[in-house]
Amino acid sequence: MADVYLNNKFVGTVENPQEFRQSLIEERRKGAIDKNMNVYHNADSNEVWIENSKGRVRRPLIVVKYGQPLLTDKHIQQLQKNEINWSDLVNQGVAEYLDAMEEENALVAFYEHELTKDHTHLEVSPIAMLGLISSLVPFSNHAPAARINAGSKTQKQAQGIYAANYAVRMDMDVNILHTPQKPIVNTIMHELSDYNNHPAGQNVVVAIMSYKGYNMEDAIIINKGSVDRGFARSTYYRPSLAEELRYAGGLTDEISVPDKEIKGYRSEKDYRLLEADGIIYPEAQIAESDVIIGKTSPPRFLSGADEYSLTSNVRRESSLAAAHGEQGIIDFVTVTESEEGNKLVQVRVRDQRIPEIGDKFTSRHGQKGVVGLIVSESDMPFTSSGIVPDLIFSPHSLPTRMTISHLLELLAGKVGALSGRYVDGTTFSSEPEEKLRQELLSLGFRENGVETMYNGETGEQMEARIFIGDMYYMKLKHMVANKIHSRARGPIQLLTRQPTEGRAKEGGLRLGEMEKDTFVSHGASMLLKERFDSDKTLVPVCENCGMFAIHNEYKKKSYCPMCGDNVEISYVEIAYAFKLMLDELKALGIYPKLMLRTKY
Amino acid sequence: MTDEIFKEYEEKLPKLIIDEIKANLPEKADAAKVRKILEAVHAEYEKSKLDAGECVGLLSAQSIGEQGTQATLDTFHFSGVSEMNVTMGLPRIIEILDARKTISTPMMEIYLNAPYNQKENVKKQALLVKEIKLKDVATEFLVNIADMIIKVDIDEQKLKDLDLTLANLSKTLSKAMKSLKIKQDTVSIIAKLEDKDANLNSLYKLKEKLKETHISGIKGVTQVLPVKRGSEYIVLTAGSNLKAVLALEWVDKERTTSNDIYEIAATLGIEAARETIIDELLKVIKAQGLKIDIRHLMIISDTMCVSGAIKGITRYGVVNEKSSVLARASFETPIKHIMRASLVGEEDKLHSVIENVMLNQVVPLGTGMPVLKAKKKE
Repeated sequence: MADVYLNNKFVGTVENPQEFRQSLIEERRKGAIDKNMNVYHNADSNEVWIENSKGRVRRPLIVVKYGQPLLTDKHIQQLQKNEINWSDLVNQGVAEYLDAMEEENALVAFYEHELTKDHTHLEVSPIAMLGLISSLVPFSNHAPAARINAGSKTQKQAQGIYAANYAVRMDMDVNILHTPQKPIVNTIMHELSDYNNHPAGQNVVVAIMSYKGYNMEDAIIINKGSVDRGFARSTYYRPSLAEELRYAGGLTDEISVPDKEIKGYRSEKDYRLLEADGIIYPEAQIAESDVIIGKTSPPRFLSGADEYSLTSNVRRESSLAAAHGEQGIIDFVTVTESEEGNKLVQVRVRDQRIPEIGDKFTSRHGQKGVVGLIVSESDMPFTSSGIVPDLIFSPHSLPTRMTISHLLELLAGKVGALSGRYVDGTTFSSEPEEKLRQELLSLGFRENGVETMYNGETGEQMEARIFIGDMYYMKLKHMVANKIHSRARGPIQLLTRQPTEGRAKEGGLRLGEMEKDTFVSHGASMLLKERFDSDKTLVPVCENCGMFAIHNEYKKKSYCPMCGDNVEISYVEIAYAFKLMLDELKALGIYPKLMLRTKY
Repeated sequence: MTDEIFKEYEEKLPKLIIDEIKANLPEKADAAKVRKILEAVHAEYEKSKLDAGECVGLLSAQSIGEQGTQATLDTFHFSGVSEMNVTMGLPRIIEILDARKTISTPMMEIYLNAPYNQKENVKKQALLVKEIKLKDVATEFLVNIADMIIKVDIDEQKLKDLDLTLANLSKTLSKAMKSLKIKQDTVSIIAKLEDKDANLNSLYKLKEKLKETHISGIKGVTQVLPVKRGSEYIVLTAGSNLKAVLALEWVDKERTTSNDIYEIAATLGIEAARETIIDELLKVIKAQGLKIDIRHLMIISDTMCVSGAIKGITRYGVVNEKSSVLARASFETPIKHIMRASLVGEEDKLHSVIENVMLNQVVPLGTGMPVLKAKKKE
């Protein structure tokens, strides 16, 4: 007697659960029960779980009966001739989808030759257990799963050509790699997914060695010569957008070169690139604070009385300008209408990005790193045949991460580059390492891929032989030019008088709660105070009522709004944020009284 | 002669250290040498003392916190028989420091008195401690919908092992489930639901309830495991009920412990709870292979227990005890604290760290401690 649950609800019992499960599955394969039904028998608790709810992840498998797959040669011929397709196979019950629960009852073979009479299913292909991106990692059966995950995650951030019509698109934060290449070492998925028609990386010569410590901690060294020849060069596109918004009272924004009388007028120099229509011209070279689209807005808070006064009736400057640290060339200008029928101007800025120190690169094995040094070609180590690596990868990145696939790709890439062919690195069915080694030997190289190398600066032969070969490297979308930031003095927030936050606002770096604690536990009280002085203020405090008094600099006198001017008023240095908090408490009806005392 | 010198230092050094020196003193050490030794020890002792204004609490927090980042978040599962599955690592540390009322894996270490702590006896004693539910002695629960009856087949061998009979089993059952009519068969017990609105679902729920009915042993002890410790055998349990275990005469009351701090406090007192907090923290730290000075744990355990009741490092516990309104408000639920302070007109003397940081004043610690005292000219 086994309990039966349908979608987590108890519905009854059955005498023979195994038989019951099998008959349900047969009915499903016949088509009598919906294909989305899955059934699972838990032998431990003797329960049968039937599921047909949504949200279950299911995967396809070929049905096996009496040790023979139901998929026959005839099916394959029909598939090849396009007479049937995949869903026909599912409808015929040749293939079916299992959810995580039903999979527990199944015994699945990877290959046809492994089948025994106990098997219930056959894998379509071993790489079916990987996702699309994961199967783009060559030799991934030779690396830990965590690294393959990391590898597929970083591959998604690679620069390439994301859409063929990128030139007429106005997308945010776009990177286009100038000369993408097909990977020499590929997998079956590169062909199937059309990856080869829009690749996102380049084949480079990689040497695995240390170089003066500049590739410590996952950094990489790149060759200045390769950079000059166009390695990993890309273009960054950023659109700016301005719309002539309409306001109450028939007032609108106006896209034009702003008038000098306008409130917040920048400087003539900033507007110099604008044409008569207030929009910048294509191919203009822009730098920080240059205006891209000139725009003015009607004055804020327009009330009836103000309408006739001259002073407040000036328009506001609201132009779009290049942000702090931004530079580039105007690439594309469009003038259209928005959905509401307002005039809409879009300007795209292009900036060529040559690889520099701090740009992020990755191989396909989760071995991402940042450029630590760009070495001139003459100083790079070279092999006896004169090969100079494009990139130097640190050997310390390998032992703990155990990405053997990284090494295999290097070897396979070398074979491919030397013999002028593509190498198959598909997971579980790649070209065998032994064969690649033999081929490398026959090409006149050491079969293990190492070569004698010479110091590029002194010409001395290196003591160790260096593992050198070809790999597919990708430039990731994280580039220093978009991230570099520093500040000594700068803007502060209006409300708290503390420094602004974030790169876009030229903000400060926060000395946070935990950083504060380190100062405290060192007993460095004075230094701590100095660090937090960014919003210090001197406030007059009435000694009588303990509230903030008023200081009139013009009349050179101080008085308390509650107790008058016949009271002692002292000046106290506190954080502005604290003053603000006391004000907010007052607004809540709480009386925060300051009781002053001589410090010394 | 040497005794006089020791007497001299009794004021300057703790008794424990003096006793240790005395015990380790070589036979023929003369007075001059003893004096030299004591001088050196005294200098070392003075050096190891904390300076005024040392920020001990925060240092403890950092010393544990930094090491904690190294600790793996994993709960280790000990497969096999030798150990029990206990919450370890970071989750356990959080549990202890928060002073959780219900911990995720309560556990006891039961030490047994002399004849019982031997290999041949320990198994039987362990079984007496274990809580037995009806499902543990039953082979099958059969639901008869037509008669609204649940028939429970009993494994007689298991019953025998537990020194129970079918008769007293049905007695305990009818005591526990008053709404049922319990009948006894040869090898089974029949429970009839005396309710007119009874349906399949309620009968089914009843079956689940019956399965969990307590029959014998100590409540809360779900698992027992005899383990060898040194030359004797002890019983490890999953689930804790210290009071009931200590009532058993064959249990060594001096060494038997639990990992449930509240239970220790309730049965053995707050000082025992303080020790338990330190011990339990040390256990986790040692298992992770970390090194944290015991004095950091002591200061934390002390602050958790000073009030006489266990207070967690939470807004309801230790933080709630702070004298400064601003300090309390800066740590979770500020509105609550500010409202309460404004109602009674609380005064903040700005004696501690956070308050002064908030005001951008010098923190009264370390270099912020010394102040200039000068007479005001009249």
